[in-house]
Amino acid sequence: MNATAKKNHTGMSDKVSDVILVAILAVCLVIVAYPLYYVLIASVSDPYDVYAGKTFLLPSQFTLDGYKAVFADPDIVSGFLNSVKYTIIGTCFSVIMLYITAYPLAQKDLPGRKFISLFFVFTMYFGGGLIPTYLVVQKTGLIGNMWSLFLPGGVGVGNMIVVRNYFQNSIPHDLVEASEIDGCSKFRTFISVVIPLSMPILAVQAVFAMVAYWNDWFTAMIYLGGKGSPLPLVLRGILMKSSAAAEQTAMLDGGYAALQKQTELIKFCSMIVAAVPMLIAYPYVQKYFEKGFMAGAVKG
Amino acid sequence: MKKNQTSLMDPVPLAGDRISAAGSAALAQRHGKPMGQRILENWQLYALLFIPVALTVIYKYIPMYGIQIAFRDFDPALGFTASRWVGWDWFTRFFKAPTFGRMIKNTILISVYGLLWSFPIPIVLSLIINQVRFAKFKRIVQTVLYAPHFISVMVICGMIKIFLSPTGGLLNLLLGTQIDFLTQSEAFRTIYIASGIWQDAGWGCIIYLATLANVDPGLYEAAKVDGASVFQRILNIDVPELLPMVILNLIMAAGGIMNVGFEKVWLLQTDLNKATSDVIAVYVYQQGIEQAKYSYSTAVGLFNTVINIVLLIIVNKVASKASDVEFV
Repeated sequence: MNATAKKNHTGMSDKVSDVILVAILAVCLVIVAYPLYYVLIASVSDPYDVYAGKTFLLPSQFTLDGYKAVFADPDIVSGFLNSVKYTIIGTCFSVIMLYITAYPLAQKDLPGRKFISLFFVFTMYFGGGLIPTYLVVQKTGLIGNMWSLFLPGGVGVGNMIVVRNYFQNSIPHDLVEASEIDGCSKFRTFISVVIPLSMPILAVQAVFAMVAYWNDWFTAMIYLGGKGSPLPLVLRGILMKSSAAAEQTAMLDGGYAALQKQTELIKFCSMIVAAVPMLIAYPYVQKYFEKGFMAGAVKG
Repeated sequence: MKKNQTSLMDPVPLAGDRISAAGSAALAQRHGKPMGQRILENWQLYALLFIPVALTVIYKYIPMYGIQIAFRDFDPALGFTASRWVGWDWFTRFFKAPTFGRMIKNTILISVYGLLWSFPIPIVLSLIINQVRFAKFKRIVQTVLYAPHFISVMVICGMIKIFLSPTGGLLNLLLGTQIDFLTQSEAFRTIYIASGIWQDAGWGCIIYLATLANVDPGLYEAAKVDGASVFQRILNIDVPELLPMVILNLIMAAGGIMNVGFEKVWLLQTDLNKATSDVIAVYVYQQGIEQAKYSYSTAVGLFNTVINIVLLIIVNKVASKASDVEFV
């Protein structure tokens, strides 16, 4: 009797708590998603209507003029292409660096392994700082050169440790041994056994690197010297400009007002263009995120 | 004691190292090969390491050596080691700078308030997400909450500027006001911290969700049979499971308390909100890159780094004394 009552009670309260938990998350969902949704709507609406607060839920006077203007703007287009180039080269560079560092350090019988690990890990906690690094980059002749975006970053040590632990814990040691007994060199084993077996972590690391390079502007700002700016740096000129001028002329008719109107529209559209590629990419590897993080944590 | 030190240097993965040290000793014995031969056998692995090591020496360790310009009057023609020695001059100058107190205060306050607000949220969120039983809803929530993490700080700041604009900005439209929030110094910290939570609270859940995935489902079942409500299950099963990870994260966060990110502050700073937005990282950039005062900027940066390391060591010691939690 008592037990059934208890059971019923639990059943009820579980349903109630389900509703509460889902409700809380639904609120979070709206808080996170709405600003993005609002930018999307505003990018296809008439800027005056956006100002007037007519675009809270749906676009007003649907228009693709903003996107047309964005893709006709030579600065934005070249920024976009630069970003694509840096992202592709940078991602390849970073992932190769991670792999060629993590694999040797994952070999438990490599002489000097502990010392080399410490050599890398130390750079996580202490660094030369902005100016000494800048001076070295300058001295090595990389200022204004695309490689200044990649080389000074060197090895991403935190991610390298994650990859190393993945090699140690998730790749069956027997397979590696078997391939070495079959006469594969260490390098050959790495290429044809270890890399194919590490695809989940490779995917996650590639996406992390991709996002980092796509979104980076600070490195480009200090090292590229204004040449070959990536998209976020081009956006800085567009987004960080005060919109006060546009507001003052918003009431006027004629060319100047129309120009400002377009400037405002371009702000929304260019943000969408900068954000969307990464927002499309990450859900594909989302299921590996937890694995990717846990590979870096305890095991063994 | 020794454990503390290692957890400081390499917080998460050291367990593998300790075991491997034993393992490699055993291997060496088993093979019984001399060191020279083992090094030769592994030449391909050393070859792989060559480029990463070289880049790290050039772009990480040589700049560390270059820190000495904080104690010199750097002259590009003379280089790191030959420039005139000035001792602590740059540091004294920094301590006497009119904005010194303000910068220290702003840096610490942004960090401390940021930590207080943004640290607990991912923990609570992940406890909730973990208890939701509808797999599809759970996945949608995770996907959406992760999304802002993948957006450039530049775009985030663009959104902040547009949303907070006095005329036609979303927030003012919703509130029916015309406040220029970015010119109000008392609003700056809130803007900085709230937007940070919006961007990264979801992302911060991953590590906790991964930890919670280790809970044996049988425990929940047993608790249910005993009549434990969801809240009780969270409190008695999930929270203890998360605690070590929470403490570990707290240590890492506390160690970075002087590390207020440069990018967002710099982009959102206006002359009018400087009273609260003036932080060390921005000062290092302005003095160093914009004004080319290389030595002075390096000294300020070094000051900041040293405080960070001291904090990290202190927090690490206190935390491991205060609890029995083992940090991996």
